[in-house]
Amino acid sequence: MSVGTIFDIKKFAIHDGPGVRTTVFFKGCPLGCWLCHNPESQSFEPELMVRDGRCNRCGDCIEACAQGAVSLNEKTVHIDRNRCDLCGACADVCLAEAIEVAGREMTVAEVMHEIEKDVVYYDESGGGVTFSGGEPLSQAEFLLELLRSCKRCGIRTALDTCAHADSGVFRKVAVYVDLFLFDLKIMDDQRHREFTGVGVDPIHQNLRWLVERGAAVIVRFPLLPGINDDEENIRAMGGFLAALDNRPPVDILPYHGAGVAKYDRLGREARMREMPPPSAEAIEAVARRLAGFGLHVSIRGERL
Amino acid sequence: MSLSERVSRLRQNSLDAKPSVSSERAELVTEFYEKQTGALSAPTLRALAFKHLMENKAICILDGELIVGERGPAPKATPTYPEVCCHSLEDLETLDTREKVSFAVDEGTRSVFRDRLIPFWEGRSLRGLIFERMTDAWRDAYEAGVFTEFMEQRAPGHTVLDDKIYKKGFLELKADIKASLAGLDWLNDTDAYAKQEELQAMAVCCDALITFAERHAAKARELAAQEGDPQRKAELERIGDVCDRVPANAPRDFWEALQYYWFVHLGVVTELNTWDAFNPGHLDRHLYPFYRAGLDEGTLTEEQTRELLQCFWIKFNNQPAPPKVGITAEESATYTDFAQINTGGVMEDGSDGVNELTYMILDVVEEMRLLQPSSSVQLSKKNPDRFLKRAAKIIRTGFGQPSIFNADVIVQELVRQGKSVEDARNGGSSGCVEVGAFGKENYNLTGYFNMPKVLEITLNNGIDPRTGKKIGVETGDPSRLGSFEALIEAFRRQLNHFIDIKHRGNNVIERLWATYIPTPFLSVLIDDCIANGRDYHEGGARYNTSYIQGVGLGTLTDCATAIKYHIFDEKTFAMNELLEALRADYEGFERLRLLLVNRTPKYGNDDDYADSVMRGLFEAYFDAVDGRSNTKGGKYHINLLPTTCHIYFGSVVGATPDGRRAWQPLSEGISPVQGADRHGPTAVMRSVAKMDHARTGGTLLNQKLTPGLMDGEQGLDKFVHLVRSFFKLDGHHVQFNVVDADTLRAAQENPEGYRDLIVRVAGYSDYFCDLGKALQDEIIARTEHQSY
Repeated sequence: MSVGTIFDIKKFAIHDGPGVRTTVFFKGCPLGCWLCHNPESQSFEPELMVRDGRCNRCGDCIEACAQGAVSLNEKTVHIDRNRCDLCGACADVCLAEAIEVAGREMTVAEVMHEIEKDVVYYDESGGGVTFSGGEPLSQAEFLLELLRSCKRCGIRTALDTCAHADSGVFRKVAVYVDLFLFDLKIMDDQRHREFTGVGVDPIHQNLRWLVERGAAVIVRFPLLPGINDDEENIRAMGGFLAALDNRPPVDILPYHGAGVAKYDRLGREARMREMPPPSAEAIEAVARRLAGFGLHVSIRGERL
Repeated sequence: MSLSERVSRLRQNSLDAKPSVSSERAELVTEFYEKQTGALSAPTLRALAFKHLMENKAICILDGELIVGERGPAPKATPTYPEVCCHSLEDLETLDTREKVSFAVDEGTRSVFRDRLIPFWEGRSLRGLIFERMTDAWRDAYEAGVFTEFMEQRAPGHTVLDDKIYKKGFLELKADIKASLAGLDWLNDTDAYAKQEELQAMAVCCDALITFAERHAAKARELAAQEGDPQRKAELERIGDVCDRVPANAPRDFWEALQYYWFVHLGVVTELNTWDAFNPGHLDRHLYPFYRAGLDEGTLTEEQTRELLQCFWIKFNNQPAPPKVGITAEESATYTDFAQINTGGVMEDGSDGVNELTYMILDVVEEMRLLQPSSSVQLSKKNPDRFLKRAAKIIRTGFGQPSIFNADVIVQELVRQGKSVEDARNGGSSGCVEVGAFGKENYNLTGYFNMPKVLEITLNNGIDPRTGKKIGVETGDPSRLGSFEALIEAFRRQLNHFIDIKHRGNNVIERLWATYIPTPFLSVLIDDCIANGRDYHEGGARYNTSYIQGVGLGTLTDCATAIKYHIFDEKTFAMNELLEALRADYEGFERLRLLLVNRTPKYGNDDDYADSVMRGLFEAYFDAVDGRSNTKGGKYHINLLPTTCHIYFGSVVGATPDGRRAWQPLSEGISPVQGADRHGPTAVMRSVAKMDHARTGGTLLNQKLTPGLMDGEQGLDKFVHLVRSFFKLDGHHVQFNVVDADTLRAAQENPEGYRDLIVRVAGYSDYFCDLGKALQDEIIARTEHQSY
């Protein structure tokens, strides 16, 4: 049985598809968006996250670290990430939970055990499981096994994906997915490369294939001020989606600053620290513009 | 919907009225008792005292009121019950000056107490007798905080009315009494004389309530004669007609029905200070026929219905729970008198009980936004989602009402206890979460029981470490208990020891009430007291149930789980090390404490390791209590709720093996330890549903939510799914505590206690304590803005 790297399993996930859901977060993503709100989802490796407020300066972590990467200042613990070999020994001894490892290996059975706990809620609400990330398709074998297991248990599945994956893999997985939450950020290939580090190539094909096949798709559009809220991008997106045979609905997810603290915990620079979230008027204007293409548009799941 | 000028004014008056101690009732009762020299049976004495009160207490009809009558001489002028508990001058001083739940005591009241009431009742109040009659073992356990005693300064109450008053006037109830008297078997029934005394006393009470109503009718006409405003004059004349009609006769319309109930309510709460005030129960189904007929005949409009209900609501809010002192004040530190109006549920024939009036009552709950009466929805699988959604919209405004009950499981609970299925369906919840067969049951809560304290005593081999006194049984040196099973066995023995003490005390106290202060007026209202010719306190009701309410199941579970996990399974440390840390209140043992808090399975996370320990402890408590006999021909059952007692109980329990520091609050109800549940509400509900709710008489689950989680139609839908799922799992009750900005601030200060708090961030939700400070601040500001 295959093993995957998961960084969180969230119960009562009520914003990731219909009904009450459990969301399983896969670690690692082929994209490298610099304002990702889950920065711990990007790397495929486990990472240390440090919560300053919780540190009680007991010093156990210093003892535990064989690399000499841990030190204390007058307030909290500090990790020299160049020396750190990610062994996790400091987190093991940190009883105050100031140091935590994001990402752990789990078997399909372990993940299924967590998923199956909330079947009563899925049944009642028409909910199910959502695989999110990171990018679940990057751990395709593991994902496939989970999807098949869910189908065997009669659990509805959703896949939250950026769809940057080989189309063969994508098509194999799609059979077991009841709903796609399809992330679409930037339409122009060059700009997409600049922002995410990869081109739009497999993404657009995968979306077209999916939609034309009649799959249930909700396009999720993270609205990032100054990055993808310009007229050109909106027009390109509206045009692309409107030209598809079955026009998928679009859900706008406006940027919020919630991820900033996580960059701090990972010891990474938060370039978006000062970036203001879009105003309600701006969000609404984009929504109306997209609706003008004959698309069903919602904002954070609430219909326009 | 905006309130009418009348309702706004009456509501504001009610909010503005400051609770005060009124000596009126105490003086009238004293005046009556002073004159008694002859040989009167207890029921007769009590009936005549009731008559004296109803004939002489001041009549209060406030400007603009449609529903009339106050328990005291004015709103929130709160009577005392010296025959039960006569407050000392120190008590009055405490009531007047305490920070929370205070009652103003003016100089006149103090001097009446000093010069007349205290000298007369010295040695006569039942409270003194109760404490005098208890054993040393009882007193030791009581003082140690192992249990509380509900009946020491409040009358056994806690019962709810069915539909009888909407079908019968008091003249007809009197005819029933007469028939019961005529049927007495003087040759074979050795209790015939006692029954005659009781039945005659009931008849006196019927007349007394009719007289009380007639006095209101006369007062209304007197006010009408002086009234210049023709509209108010007509209203006062109508009030006069209503008060002439009811309660002597069955009500003919909506107004009469409400006024009838209100007179009955005042009768019950004037006769005695029953805890958990009497209440009308399923108001929507009782009043629906009057509402429907009024609309059909064109004699009632929607607006009039709404206004009458609003006026009725205000009457409840004018009656704070009678002043409590001592431990009773700590276990129930609130003005609310727990009159819990039920809506929804299933009808006697099992059909959907929601009707149009249900929705109007929920509108009134939202519009009035008053502490009292409290309200609940009785949710059956047969009720429409619209009903639950309507309730959810009120809940998300954040004033803690209505609470939500599983009507189908309540029927199971009542049927298991031996009620007929019809009586069970006509029953519901009352007080906090307690089930009862409305109109037919005396369901008597006898006291809270401190479960973690019993574990503490077990871990000290029978000694209470707070005082060093031996109050339990010697169950062995805890460090020599070779297995977790042996520990649980020791706990069970200790538990039985204290439940025995409580049970014995209850048996005496029940008899003291039955002997000295029977309750003939209440007995008229509860089946089958009339047919049996027996008082409510004497076992006259069709069903007689006693409860001992377990407190701190979450704390107890986490303590036992920690011991099982670290000492017996993982062998992380030894029992002696733990005991040493507990004695030191974890001073110098912070690593151990953090291990217990953060590296130990906890109840409330849908983790079978901890949850199976909970089940074992639930069964231990069930076995210790369920099935014991009370003195009224009924049985004991368990329920699990705390009111505010988890604070008091926590204040007598030292550091506990779950990492809790000494004297801190215990967990409340069946909720997980504060902050211990870290996997969201679905996990909490799955954990708590692993106990068998159907074998209790009520459990209380408090779930914290921030208003943002219930935003929009989607938020409401998911809320509905959450509750429906919990009830599929046979959960009994859940109340949603929609948190305010202050709570979030407290969580920012003290994250450890609030690790369970989930907030909506922006299109997603997260644990509040996991967010960065800046975002926390923003959510606090947002919550402040959103809250009502």
